[in-house]
Amino acid sequence: MKSTPTAFSLPARILHWLMAVLVLAMLFIGVGMVASVSERHQWLIGLHKPLGIAILILVLLRLYVRWRYPAPPLPADLPTWQRMGAYLSHSALYALMLAMPLVGWAMLSAGGYPITLGYGVQLPPIVPAGPALFSVLRYAHQYLAYLLFLTFLLHMGAALYHGLIRRDGVLRSMMRGKRIEE
Amino acid sequence: MDSSRTPTWRWLFIAAAIAVFAGLFAYVGGWIAPNRLTPKKIVDTLEDNAGVHPGYRRNHSKGICVAGTFTSSGQAADYSIAALFAPGDTPVVGRFALPGGNPYAPDNSVPIRSFALRFTQSDGQQWRTGMNSMPVFPVATPEAFFAQLQAGRPDPATGKPDPARMKAFFDAHPEASAFLKWVKTAKPSASYATETYWGLNAFYFVNEQGERQAVRWEVVPEQAMDDTASPDTSDPNYLAFDLEQRLASGALRWRLLVTLAAPGDPVDDATKTWPANRPQIDAGTLVLNQVQPQDSGECRDINYDPTILPQGIEISSDPLLPARSAAYADSYLRRTGEEAHLPSTSRPGDAHLAGSKHP
Ligand code: HEM
Ligand code: HEM
Ligand code: HEM
Repeated sequence: MKSTPTAFSLPARILHWLMAVLVLAMLFIGVGMVASVSERHQWLIGLHKPLGIAILILVLLRLYVRWRYPAPPLPADLPTWQRMGAYLSHSALYALMLAMPLVGWAMLSAGGYPITLGYGVQLPPIVPAGPALFSVLRYAHQYLAYLLFLTFLLHMGAALYHGLIRRDGVLRSMMRGKRIEE
Repeated sequence: MDSSRTPTWRWLFIAAAIAVFAGLFAYVGGWIAPNRLTPKKIVDTLEDNAGVHPGYRRNHSKGICVAGTFTSSGQAADYSIAALFAPGDTPVVGRFALPGGNPYAPDNSVPIRSFALRFTQSDGQQWRTGMNSMPVFPVATPEAFFAQLQAGRPDPATGKPDPARMKAFFDAHPEASAFLKWVKTAKPSASYATETYWGLNAFYFVNEQGERQAVRWEVVPEQAMDDTASPDTSDPNYLAFDLEQRLASGALRWRLLVTLAAPGDPVDDATKTWPANRPQIDAGTLVLNQVQPQDSGECRDINYDPTILPQGIEISSDPLLPARSAAYADSYLRRTGEEAHLPSTSRPGDAHLAGSKHP
């Protein structure tokens, strides 16, 4: 039985909000730590690496959930350009949530750093060490993070537009189980 | 769905939500916090003082790569679970250098030398440390370090720091007095091999029981200082030449001595030594047997960030440590980004030893 869903499944909603908090926290931790010489730098970086790897695991789980439980359709009267926008921005968010931790891991590998997550947990390198590769990946980590933050701003603006202006149930579909039609 | 009937506050709310997140991000990232001391400001100031030398470290720019082995005595193993302190051998890649951002500075221009080490344990964990050949550091905080860099900026007229500004800095920083006293009698050594190098910052060793012991370390040479030897100052790179000559005729050795703090000894102030009666343990012997030029040697692409530690060693509350970690990362990104464009690095085989005039 596969009727069209009217809202995101519970696992999808839990993952969405959990990851929304984590990804935002990571963006703030990231820009904050590289702009600080205080003791914050050290404990933020100790937080940044394990959280980033947690996001990598969660996004894989989330892609599985996305495939297993289809997303509810957007309202039928939504203009095409907004549909396109939703599709592109969601794809970008997924892609960046996957890419950011991989780039972080790869850049530490390329820099010849031990990839420590605390408590003696250490990951193997995933690319060979090399200065040119390191610098490319390190800049990629920075600019992809900025792109992720901009996409988030757009995404949040769009979600609030659905919730406050259009009031078409799209925001609710990610908040509660049922899309209540007005 | 007629948006003309939507109250304005809803639009304002959306705009405000976006503005709040964007503003917070800009604040946390330091873009709208001009007074915050950032790693970028420190490294920019190092560049202002010494110029930009693509591919080189922004501080301790002139150096040379070495490699060898650390043989643990097992004596530090009671205090730290780090595998390198268990009896046995650990490979080491190191770098000797001069402080300062000029990779062409003559070796007798400063009385300080530095030694950085990377120990790689068989479990993949690493210990990286950077040490200087002086018993105390001039300043205790990154803010003071930054102020010292600013005071030391060369006067365009003389090419040297303005003595008045340096004096004003030291007057405002009495914590530098121990360093000033030491530096008064310090002379540029004729060799890297005869110097003692101090870690200066305090760390904690952590043992099996989880007990934390505040420590500092130093490496003490087994090569005796030859007071009669005066460096051949006609060669600005005499240190590299001396090192090659010594290694050509045999290995060089240092002992790694670990000083144990007593409760109450300051762990957050690199300008102060601990009382001389603190116990020291001899953790083992460092044996160097290889030298490589820094523009093609293995140490080139290593960031000797002193906060990269194996389990069993932890950073203390010394405020210099996070600042070093942040600034070294910034310097590392600048120089690795430049390396791809440097001719010498694309042909490592052709590189010559630190520009030494000796073949
Ligand atoms: C969703 C995941 C991630 C996000 C959103 C993220 C975000 C960021 C941001 C915004 C920065 C600051 C960049 C700059 O302004 O220069 C940063 C730096 C950094 N990230 Fe990530 N990151 C993620 C995952 C990871 C992972 C998995 C690792 C490593 C295992 C990692 C390691 C680092 C390191 C080491 C730095 C600082 C390097 C330095 O001091 O130069 N990141 N990250
Ligand atoms: C204030 C913060 C946020 C709000 C209000 C919000 C709201 C929403 C809403 C209402 C949807 C459903 C859209 C639809 O029906 O297609 C959605 C989907 C989505 N959100 Fe968010 N979100 C927020 C933060 C984030 C963050 C930080 C991320 C990750 C970086 C994120 C990633 C996604 C993704 C990938 C989807 C698409 C889900 C899918 O179709 O599978 N969201 N969000
Ligand atoms: C806040 C204080 C300090 C700052 C901002 C600072 C800054 C720097 C920078 C930017 C580098 C170049 C790093 C690279 O590109 O790999 C460097 C190298 C170095 N620093 Fe510091 N430093 C500080 C304190 C210290 C202290 C206390 C010591 C000694 C215990 C020290 C010893 C060294 C050594 C040995 C190197 C050379 C490492 C190598 O050979 O690669 N520094 N420093």
